Amino acid sequence: MAVTVRIPTPLQRLTNGQGEVQCEGKTVTELLADLERRHPGIKERICDQDGKLRRFVNVFVNEEDIRFLQGDQTAVKDGDDVSIIPAIAGG
Amino acid sequence: MGLSKEQVARYSRQLILPEIGVQGQQQLLASSALVIGAGGLGSPVALYLAAAGVGTIGIIDADAVSLSNLHRQVLHTTGAVGEPKSRSAKARLEALNPEIIVTPLQERVTAANALALFSNYDVIVDGSDNFPTRYLANDACVLSGKPLIHGGVVHFGGQVLTVVPREGACYRCVFPEPPEAGAVPNCQEAGVFGAAAGVIGTLMANEVIKVLLALGRPLVNRLLVFEGLAGHFREVSVRRNPECAVCGDNPTIREVVSLESIVCTTGQEAPWPGNK
Ligand SMILES: [Zn+2]
Repeated sequence: MAVTVRIPTPLQRLTNGQGEVQCEGKTVTELLADLERRHPGIKERICDQDGKLRRFVNVFVNEEDIRFLQGDQTAVKDGDDVSIIPAIAGG
Repeated sequence: MGLSKEQVARYSRQLILPEIGVQGQQQLLASSALVIGAGGLGSPVALYLAAAGVGTIGIIDADAVSLSNLHRQVLHTTGAVGEPKSRSAKARLEALNPEIIVTPLQERVTAANALALFSNYDVIVDGSDNFPTRYLANDACVLSGKPLIHGGVVHFGGQVLTVVPREGACYRCVFPEPPEAGAVPNCQEAGVFGAAAGVIGTLMANEVIKVLLALGRPLVNRLLVFEGLAGHFREVSVRRNPECAVCGDNPTIREVVSLESIVCTTGQEAPWPGNK
């Protein structure tokens, strides 16, 4: 088993159109590193050059915003559900 | 003040809902909503609010109808191409329900006009298509204590959040800042599926009426995410951020300010298509 990572539609072309992918890691940071290994180019869309989460992108572990948990050090375990959700301007 | 015979007939199928009834209908008729943007989201929102009998609807949009709008902006007709969207919207909404007042505003929401404009309405609906307007609308709503229904759509999906200032998260609590200049190198419009805009806009109308009538559980502190291709909805918890620049404990935004327009350069692929 692994962690399910839900990819927002604007980034799904980096995951071959998949809306969810399986990744491994003990923290959000490790999970995003694994996501980048599997789908090169995706991390820079989510994090800035210092590796910090972009201010218009949020990561939720089991529906909780990691900013209110332990940030990118928030622990994840097999079976968890992680969503990456960006602000959307379109109307 | 009772309802006329014609009103009873027009609204009969919602009057028989105990949650609405005659009192709720009268409340809707006495209510007002400002819809920002008469586009993909503003169209379904405005149509459902007009049909339900929300008595006063303001529609603010500076643009004119173009042929490429029509696959999703169902307020407008082919014959309206070239007309101001706000005027086209007024004609369509009044044809649907002649007993409501529709105020067309052919302009943009700006730092200068936002507070005065918003003060005329009970609820503000953000169906705009750009980040500067979205943050401006959020800040003006927080500063004036107005409920805001936020929705966004891109590709086959979108999201909805209801902001009740100080009761729950505002848009800035969830997304503290828009993409910085340079993070969105290409402002070319991303694709959007018309029916996805319909789903999100209709959910927004549902939220407006819930807020106006204090019905049910609005999407306060719950960001609803729709994934059209997968065909599912997801909800994530959000909350008021004590460090939020506008609604936090020590706000740094104390008046409505414009965001610097986001610089666009061409020739590069946008990391986040659809964000402009
Ligand atoms: Zn806030």
